[in-house]
Amino acid sequence: MVQADAGAMPPSTTTTTAPKEKLTTSDGRSLKTALRQAERRRRIAAFLLVAPLLFFILTFFVFPIAQMMWRSVDNPQVVRALPNTLEALSGWDGRDLPPEEVFAALHADFVADSERPRREQAMGPLGVRLNYELSAARGAISRTARQAPNFEAPFRDAFTDAHRLWGDPALWRVIQREGRALTSAYYVAALDRQFDEFGNIELRDENRRIYISLFIRTILLSVAITFLTFLLGFPIAYYLSILPMRYANLLMICVLLPFWTSLLVRTSAWIVLLQQQGVINSTLVGLGIIGDDSRLSMIYNMTGTIVAMTHILLPFMVLPLYSVMRTIPPSYMRAAKSLGATPSTAFRRVYFPQTLPGIGAGGVLVFIISIGYYITPALVGGQSGRMISNEIARHMQQSLNWGLAAALGTMLLVGVLVLYWLYNRLVGADSLKLG
Amino acid sequence: MSANGTDGFVVFDKVQKSYDGESLVVKDLNLSVAKGEFLTMLGPSGSGKTTCLMMLAGFETATNGEIMLDGRPINSIPPHKRGIGMVFQNYALFPHMSVGENLSFPLEVRGMGKSVREQKIKRALDMVQMGAFASRRPAQLSGGQQQRIALARALVFEPEVVLMDEPLGALDKQLREHMQFEITRLAHDLGITTVYVTHDQTEALTMSDNVAVFDDGRIQQLAPPDKLYEEPENSFVAQFIGENNTLDGRIKEIRGEHCVVELDNGEMIDARPVNVTKAGERTRVSIRPERVESNPERLHPDAHLIKAEVVEFIYMGDVFRTRLKVAGNENFIMKSRNAPDQVRHKPGSTIEIGWLPKDCRALDMPS
Ligand SMILES: Nc1ncnc2c1ncn2[C@@H]1O[C@H](COP(=O)(O)OP(=O)(O)O)[C@@H](O)[C@H]1O
Ligand SMILES: [Mg+2]
Repeated sequence: MVQADAGAMPPSTTTTTAPKEKLTTSDGRSLKTALRQAERRRRIAAFLLVAPLLFFILTFFVFPIAQMMWRSVDNPQVVRALPNTLEALSGWDGRDLPPEEVFAALHADFVADSERPRREQAMGPLGVRLNYELSAARGAISRTARQAPNFEAPFRDAFTDAHRLWGDPALWRVIQREGRALTSAYYVAALDRQFDEFGNIELRDENRRIYISLFIRTILLSVAITFLTFLLGFPIAYYLSILPMRYANLLMICVLLPFWTSLLVRTSAWIVLLQQQGVINSTLVGLGIIGDDSRLSMIYNMTGTIVAMTHILLPFMVLPLYSVMRTIPPSYMRAAKSLGATPSTAFRRVYFPQTLPGIGAGGVLVFIISIGYYITPALVGGQSGRMISNEIARHMQQSLNWGLAAALGTMLLVGVLVLYWLYNRLVGADSLKLG
Repeated sequence: MSANGTDGFVVFDKVQKSYDGESLVVKDLNLSVAKGEFLTMLGPSGSGKTTCLMMLAGFETATNGEIMLDGRPINSIPPHKRGIGMVFQNYALFPHMSVGENLSFPLEVRGMGKSVREQKIKRALDMVQMGAFASRRPAQLSGGQQQRIALARALVFEPEVVLMDEPLGALDKQLREHMQFEITRLAHDLGITTVYVTHDQTEALTMSDNVAVFDDGRIQQLAPPDKLYEEPENSFVAQFIGENNTLDGRIKEIRGEHCVVELDNGEMIDARPVNVTKAGERTRVSIRPERVESNPERLHPDAHLIKAEVVEFIYMGDVFRTRLKVAGNENFIMKSRNAPDQVRHKPGSTIEIGWLPKDCRALDMPS
């Protein structure tokens, strides 16, 4: 760090006391107006310079994120499909089966929906939505939708005959609960919780809890990866920082190589290295360190995720560390030694503390990137190396439960922001040195 | 005072240093510093001063030869066990520690207790008049204040030897002069042996007991400031220290403390032979501008007279600076005190100037 000859000189005590009369420019405008006019052009120019990026970020970053957050609470399906039913259901106590009027209203809703043009029909999405809360609900809706226009009174028997689920108060409770434009159901599900029959939130059965343990695993994996990149990156960065520039640049290329290699090439390289018949296992067996029948499994599990992600994210740790270390002159270590510190004390008390901004920056970068990492765990993580992003992707691509995916994504985003806020409180973000 | 013996407190004995195995940065350095002495290494940039200091501090190893501290060879002692205080050019104050913590550091690593530490820190800070700044960070101090803290930190653990590598290089002139005074005062009051490195000759002359003039990896002359200025032993020293007039010629004859030099334009002058040995040798004669005199009444009867043409007269207040053409040299300067009877010479006029033969030193001809 530069020891600027600045800062703390006592401020000059003779502040000039300006006359309080209104100053004008030579052409008679008030000085303030003239200044504001002159400044305005500069401000417009500055705005025009940043406008394209601002526009880009708004369109492709802020807007989609807002959209995602909205989806995690948006709940239009029931309201759109069953307006009459919801009205009739408003006085229901939620215990026994609803009275006949409710079933009549349900019939009216089905009839109304069947008369709409095909693309505006609301029963399909309703089935999907209810199925998230109660399995088999989708089948009940779709089967009933075909028959309902022909039902005769009493409708209650007609519906329960068409599908047994209509006779189950649980379905009616779901309809009543989700008959609102906004829902917390996705967050309840994302926290491994559900509603009991009285509408209270309770933990799910043990074997159906997924997300919390996955969040915890994601955080633990990210911490492990951050720590490993630090362990590997610190000595490299230190060595780079003391090398002459031209060798340092050469070595830096080696560190940056993972950035420049195609993902598929890297992945196949790991597979070649890490699989059961791979290079490492064969070498170990060949050297007699492990037996042929106890080959290590290092890929398609947590080990694979950790190894691969540590490799990929190493540059994010090395670069900030290196840029901080380069600016620490060797005279500090020399000064410490001349003052009587052993080399290890000098390192611990003088050198290391000065690298903290780099460690903080590298750590925050690697941690935040790895907490949302998707592609590597998907490729080499197997089951035990999965992270929360893989679950989000599954809901977006396979189960098509976008609401739940959005809830999980929002929780991830909020979690990262909270961690960043904590870091800022504890260390101070202005001490980050990103390059 | 120390000569080139091996009985000093700090001794360099035939030390050589090479960084690349091809050229010697320090060639055959022999130097002895007595206890309590203030020795300055003075020399142009790149002459190997810092290298010598680093070898003494233990950050570089001597390629050959022996460095001794208080009679013990220290070549194999690591820096942190040498107990030598050091002030670095950029001060090297630890930026993540307050001033007090910076000063506490050398005491902590020596395992001193809190009360002893606080007492010593206070004494050291008071010594440099920075008692009120213990809780500041180095970055909150001005350059001069940082300089004082660096000094206090190097002294707080009471080392017997302190090394300083151009410690005042980053300060402005006024502050530098003030700090020169403070450093010498402290060094003498505390009786510390000081090895000071600078390329500023005024600094070297005003601060030191002895000055070692470095050039080309060798000590060109080791002497007290007055001797260095008045009796330079070779052309490099004469040229490097202070202002200097030179005339080139050939030795005509040598008789003990006297020699006659035939200048290149054929004129003969008397001089004192310094590092010339025989007649016929090329020589460069050196005369200080203030030892040149144009008023015959002020001249010693022995003084040798020579004709000079006035090229330029510069009035500088306290002194007159007259540029002359002497024996073909157009940059011969005469400095005379502004006394009531001092003549102000007109450019173009021809005058007679003179000097004492002992002020006119016949030195080697640099190659
Ligand atoms: N660490 C080093 N490696 C290689 N050469 C060096 C090193 N330090 C100094 N030198 C060379 O040694 C010579 C003397 O340097 P130095 O001792 O710093 O001189 P000074 O302090 O008198 O300016 C210079 O030519 C410099 O280039
Ligand atoms: Mg130097």
